[in-house]
Order: sequence, then structure tokens, then C-alpha cells
Amino acid sequence: MIEEIGTTTEGDLIINVGPQHPSTHGVLHLVITLNGETVKNVEPHLGYIHRSIEKMCESLTYRQFIYVTSRMDYLSSHINNQGCALAVEKGLQIEVPERAQVIRILMAELTRIASHLLWWGAMGMDIGAFTPFFHAFRERENINDIMEETCGARLTMNYIVPGGVMSDIHPNFQRKVKEFLTLIKSKIDEYYVLLTGNIILQERLKGVGVISAEDAISFGCTGPVLRACGVKSDIRKLAPYDGYEKVKFDEVFETAGDSFARYMVRMNEIRQSLSIVEQLIDNIPEGDFQAKTKAVLKLPKGEFYSRVETARGEFGVYIISEGGLTPYRIKFRSPGFSNLSALHHMCKGSKIADLVATMGTLDLVIPDIDR
Amino acid sequence: MFSLESLTHTIDQGLNSNFSPTITLLIEMVIVGIGVISLFAVLGLVLVFMERKVSAFMQIRKGPNRVGYQGLAQTAADTLKLVLKEGLTPTGADKFLFNLAPFIVMIVAMLLLAPIAFTKGFQIWDINIGILYISAVSSISVIGILMAGWASNNKYSLIGAMRSGAQIVSYELSAGLAILAMVVLTGTLQISEIVASQQNGWWIFKGHIPAIISFIIFIIAVTAETNRAPFDMAEAESELTAGFHTEYSGMRFAFFFLAEYVNIFIVCAIGATLYFGGWMPFHIGSWELFNHVMDYIPGIVWFFGKTFGLIFLIMWFRWTFPRLRIDQLLNLEWKYLLPISMFNLLLMTVIAIMGWHF
Amino acid sequence: MYIVDYIKSVYNGVTSLLKGMRLTGWYFVHPKEIITQEYPEVKQVLPERFKGEVVMLHDQKNEHRCTGCTACELACPNATIKVVTKFDVLADGKKKKALDVFVYHLELCTLCNLCIVACPTDAIKMAQTFEHSVTDRSQLTKVLNKPGSKLMEGVE
Repeated sequence: MIEEIGTTTEGDLIINVGPQHPSTHGVLHLVITLNGETVKNVEPHLGYIHRSIEKMCESLTYRQFIYVTSRMDYLSSHINNQGCALAVEKGLQIEVPERAQVIRILMAELTRIASHLLWWGAMGMDIGAFTPFFHAFRERENINDIMEETCGARLTMNYIVPGGVMSDIHPNFQRKVKEFLTLIKSKIDEYYVLLTGNIILQERLKGVGVISAEDAISFGCTGPVLRACGVKSDIRKLAPYDGYEKVKFDEVFETAGDSFARYMVRMNEIRQSLSIVEQLIDNIPEGDFQAKTKAVLKLPKGEFYSRVETARGEFGVYIISEGGLTPYRIKFRSPGFSNLSALHHMCKGSKIADLVATMGTLDLVIPDIDR
Repeated sequence: MFSLESLTHTIDQGLNSNFSPTITLLIEMVIVGIGVISLFAVLGLVLVFMERKVSAFMQIRKGPNRVGYQGLAQTAADTLKLVLKEGLTPTGADKFLFNLAPFIVMIVAMLLLAPIAFTKGFQIWDINIGILYISAVSSISVIGILMAGWASNNKYSLIGAMRSGAQIVSYELSAGLAILAMVVLTGTLQISEIVASQQNGWWIFKGHIPAIISFIIFIIAVTAETNRAPFDMAEAESELTAGFHTEYSGMRFAFFFLAEYVNIFIVCAIGATLYFGGWMPFHIGSWELFNHVMDYIPGIVWFFGKTFGLIFLIMWFRWTFPRLRIDQLLNLEWKYLLPISMFNLLLMTVIAIMGWHF
Repeated sequence: MYIVDYIKSVYNGVTSLLKGMRLTGWYFVHPKEIITQEYPEVKQVLPERFKGEVVMLHDQKNEHRCTGCTACELACPNATIKVVTKFDVLADGKKKKALDVFVYHLELCTLCNLCIVACPTDAIKMAQTFEHSVTDRSQLTKVLNKPGSKLMEGVE
């Protein structure tokens, strides 16, 4: 997996990390310049999983292109689908009924919790603790089972359509979500004992991979990476969509800007998502689960942009339409791409082990970056 | 009580009556050699299986459970696979050193099995500097690791081997000081004497506070010496850079692997001997009846029970804690463990002189 | 003060490690918490909405509800369904379009459910099978309407 591909003129080593990784990031290829143990330059080479999704969407209709976004950032597939549906609804001026909005929020928050659980387990494995991975997956199985009952799939759900959701929630949905809520509240304390409160983890993550707020904004980082530097950037609060303005939750942020701050932001976000689900699970309004739309959707000529807050940051969908059945151009703004571009700035001058820890806290999903 | 001493006596007398003393000695050496090699192999199998099962139960899953009854034949199948694999030698590698390195590590592990007292009279070599011999010979395995790293012709093996070497050499100090604290209590370096002096109670109870501190430091130091998590930067660094045994495949890798597990067994056996009485049953002072009852359990069962208890503790560490970074590891040793163990040695000396132990 | 801080840091560190060990130790002595499912002896029962494979419903008289309208073929994003139609001659001599062969490429299907939503007569539905691996790829191209089946009465 490691080969030396040369030396610079100062005698530093240039090595490859990846594209095959033992940790679960995906196919990421980093070219690192090392001086002994210190990292001097990190250069990501992308494109190993580029599937030309944006080009493919130019030949799919507005109902058909949503399923590919599930495969981009597969850990927040509901939220990606929601972004696409919002863009199409903006173009067609469709009003989504309240029941569908609440169902969308519930699914999005459950997906966010599942994504953060998997991030936590995988980050534990990067740092060397193998046990939290299995504990995290045990809880994630519960969310997957809930999704499987309602949406029919566990990872790439394709449940959200322009106008609402594809089918109504299963009768067992509310009961199972309530059982899950009581279960996970006891388990979050276990997570604290297992990893967060552990002195070894704190020493590994504190002061590592520091980035200041101005640098984070200039690189375009969003999501927990930016909120760990103290900048208010939650799109659910800044530009609420789909009924988020009616839900009460706190925006989580820390000020240190290092890896431990990013870690704590995500752990606290799980709690906030749980409180959102708690508020809404008993108050799902009656009504339609899908607005009445035409069978064939044709967006008028123009440009439409919508942004949503996925578990990784801001996901944007930009549709340029010429008035036909298929879009002229779709561009997806992926959060991982901008977060990854800050990696060099964060890791300059630190050791290899710190590079691994920082990459773990950035929460990269490479298919999202490569599209 | 049941004791294996009679077995060794019978064999010794039987051989002596048939052959001349030199031939007897040679035959006994051959028997011991075969015994050591088979113990090495069996221990390797048992410990790897135990590690996989223990890790599985802590991670809420079952371990190997398909091969053989409840998965017991799993390690045998793995060993067969390793034997059948092709053993590559990379180009440009120093062939002699490359092939020699796994053997050095294995031979050191086998040498260390010599002074360990499995039960009364069942010791291969009861030398009068037993503990010092163990501490000295275990340092030679560093040479094997450095040889493996250097001869692989791979810069990352070299870096991994250097780190591992630095780690082992530093933690030798703390381990040595912890052992020294116990030697102050016992007054002798000979292993059979140490075990015999725990006749009325194990040293960890008799030596109270300094013995407990010494035990904690000893366990941390030997976890680091055998390159186990949370100190396994050198080998699980294969997430990023390859460790020192990356270029090894097939049977040579199996030697490194087995030698690591046997090293764990040996250091836990030393810990059991020094702190928990070796093969001595659990006696309390002068409670004759209790001691008499405890004597019914044979010494070999006590010894293996204590050793496997300590091995379980070391495995427990591995599956709970994340890994330390290399500079934090050395930091821990030089700034925390070494001052504490020196202070502990002083404390133990005071207690031994004043006679404040039981 | 340095000594006090030193001792406090050691104490906090050690207690955090011991708490972690207590948790894993608890899981070690409670093997009832193990959640491993021993497949293939124990197979999971999948919920009724699970998207495993598209199948066409047939009743006891070997009749299906597919009129050959190709709405599913138009809705599918990647040409997984190919509806081949023929012309049936009715009793009064008129020609009516009917389904001949319903070709379904399981190797291309993304299980997105759009065809099922688009069907006006509820002819197809998702089955809950998930063990699809075969050794020969041509087995994955399936014909969904059973041989000798015809359209049910009264379905438009």
C-alpha cells in the first residue's frame, strides 16, 4: 500500500497513502511529503470512484435523477434526496403538505444520527480502538430496521420524491422510533465511557489539526468542521427549509478548532437530533403524504439552487433547465470536497499519526467527493 | 499432593540406571527440547484462539465458531494456511539477515522458557540469578526486530523497527525497576526461592502498597515491551506505514507471530511468579486447615490459572483502549513511569528494612 | 502545586481508563448480549416493503394484470425493463395490444421503486428475496410473466 515514489531535492520522502485503505474512508489517494516523521505537504488525488453522475443526470428526467444522489453520500442518502426534491419543487412551485414535511424531517434526523454513529465507530478504528465500531453498529442496526420497514431499503432509500414522500409511514414506525429513543439515550453514556472520556483519545485529538475560523471559511469548509471553529453555519437555522423553522433545537458549536472540538460537535449533534425526533414523533399531522403533481415534470427555463445540511456539511443542488424533460446541467456541491481541501493546511508540520486522526474527524466519504 | 516432581524423578532415575551420566544428560536435553518446542506450538495455538474469542465477546459477537467444535480447530487451519503460503524474499534484501531474524526472535522466546517454574521441581534450569537472566535475555529480541527492519530493504520497515526498538528499550527500564522492587522484598534472584518464600501468602498481599504499585507499573511496562496495544504503534502502524514484519510471509511471519504470543505468555508467567506466587496455592499466613485444603489443587493448575488470568488482563487492555502516538508513548515512560517506579523502589526499601511487610 | 497537578492528572487518567475497562468487562461476562445472527441457519424475515426484486403478480388461474402500457419502462431510469407487446385478436375481430414478454434485467436494476409507483394497474410489486447471486450472468435476465398466462378480466 505504501510505495516511495521519489524524493524531493531536500531529501524528503514522497509516499503514497492509499487508494486502498484499511480504514473505511473510501478510495482516497494522498501523496504525502515527509521529512522523517513530520508531514510537510499533503496532496489528495481524486477521481478513483468518479462515475460521471452529473453527466448521467442530463439524460434522466426530474423524477429519475434523484436515486443517484443516494449513491453519492451514501450515509446521508435521505438528506441528499431531500436536497434534489427541494430544487425541483422550487422550480415547479409545488407546495409540500405538512405531513410530508414532518416525515421528511424525521427521516433526515434519523439518517443524521446513523451517519454520526458510523463516523464514531470508524474513527475509533482509525485511532486504534476496535470495540466502539461494533457498539455503534449495534445501534445503527435499529435505525436501519426502522428505515427498512417504511422505505424498503437500508442504505439507499430513494423514498423522497418531488412533492412529498413515496408512500406513507408504516404503522409500526412511531412505536419503533420511540423504542429506539429510549434505547439510545442509555447507550450514549456508554459511548462517553468507552471513547470520549478516555484520556488516551483526548490526548490524541486535542491540539491536533487546528484550523482557524477565517481559514476554514476561505477553504469553504461547512458543517461540523466549521462549527468547531465557532462560526454559526447550520443551514437548518440560517435558511430553514421543509418545516425546520417550526422545530426547536440548539445549534452546536465549539471554539477550539481542533480535532477534539470537531469530535464533540458531532457527539452533541446526535443529542440535538434526538431532541428533534422526540418533539416530532408524537405530533405527525394528518394529511397527504404527497402533493398532487403532474405525471411528467417539466421545469421552466431558469436556474434553481437548493441547499440542505447533511451530516457532513452543506450539500447544494444546482439545476439549469432549458424547459425540457431533462435538465440541461446539474451540479452538486459536495461538502467533502471543500473539507478535504483544508487537510493540507491542518496537517502541515504534524506527524503521520496526527494526519490519520485528523482525517478521521473530517468525516470524509469519498464517493461524495468524486461523484 | 499430586505433583509432577515424581514424574521427573522417575524418568531421571530410569535413564540413569540404564545409561552413563553423559548420555542421560543428552537424552534429557533432547526430551526437554522437544517439550519446549511442543509447548511453544501449543501455546501459540491456544493463545491466538483465546485472543480471538475474548475480543469477540467484548465486541458483542461470536468468535470463530465454524471450524471444528465451537471453532477450536480454527488456529490449526490458519497454521496450515501459513505453512502452505509462499515465503517471498524481496529483491535487494540482505538474505542472510532476512532469514535469520525470525529465528533470533523465536530462539530468545524459547530461551526465556528455561527458568520458569511450572510447578515444584518442574523447572528446566534453576539458575541462582533467574530473574536477572530473564531481564537480560529478553533484551536480545530487540536485535531480532532491528535485523528484520534493516534487512527488508524497505524504508518503512526500518522506521517501524526503529520505533519498536526505542519503545522496547525504554520500557525495559521500568520493567526492570519494578522487578527490582520485588527482589528487594524477597532477597533472592532465584526463582524457586522466590516461589518458596510465598509459602505463607503471595507477595502482592504481603507487600501491600509498594507491591501493588510495582505490579501496575510492571503490567504497563510489559504490555509495551511486547508491542501490544495500546502501545502497538510499531505494528498496527501498518494502517499507514508498514511495520517491521511487512516483508515476511508464510512460515517466517508465523514465527514472528508465534514469538509475540509466547513472549506475552512468558512475561505473564514472570508476573505470576513474582507477584502471585507462581505455582504456590493461595495460602493465608498460618491458617493450617485452609492451606491444607488449597494444597489439593495441583501446582500446575495454579500456575496456568494465574498466568492466563494475567494474559486475559493484557488482552482486555488491547480491546478497550485506543493507541498512543509514539511521542506520547515515550513521554509516558520517561516522565511518568520511571519517576514513579524509582520512588516506589525507595519506598519498598524502607519497608523491607523496617520490616513493615507481612 | 506541580506535584498536586501531576497526581491529579494521573488519577483522572487512570480512572477514565478503568471505567472503560469496566464496560468491556461487563460485555465480556454477559454473552446474552451477543447479537450475531448465525446465517444461514437463522434467516432474517424481511418486512413486506423490502425492495428485493421486481415480480409480477399471478393469481391461481395464472392470470396477471399487466396490460402492456409500458408506463414502467418509461419510468425506469436505466432501461432495466423491456416490455414486448403483441396484438391480440379479440372475439369481435378488433386488435388489442397485449403483453407478450416482460423482460426484466435484474443485473441493471437499482431497486428504486419508480416502476411500481408508475404502474396504473398494480401489476408488479417488489418481492423480499435477497439471495440473488448466480454463477451465470444470463440467469439474471428474467421474464416476469409466466408462460401461458394471460390478462385478468376487467383490468383496463
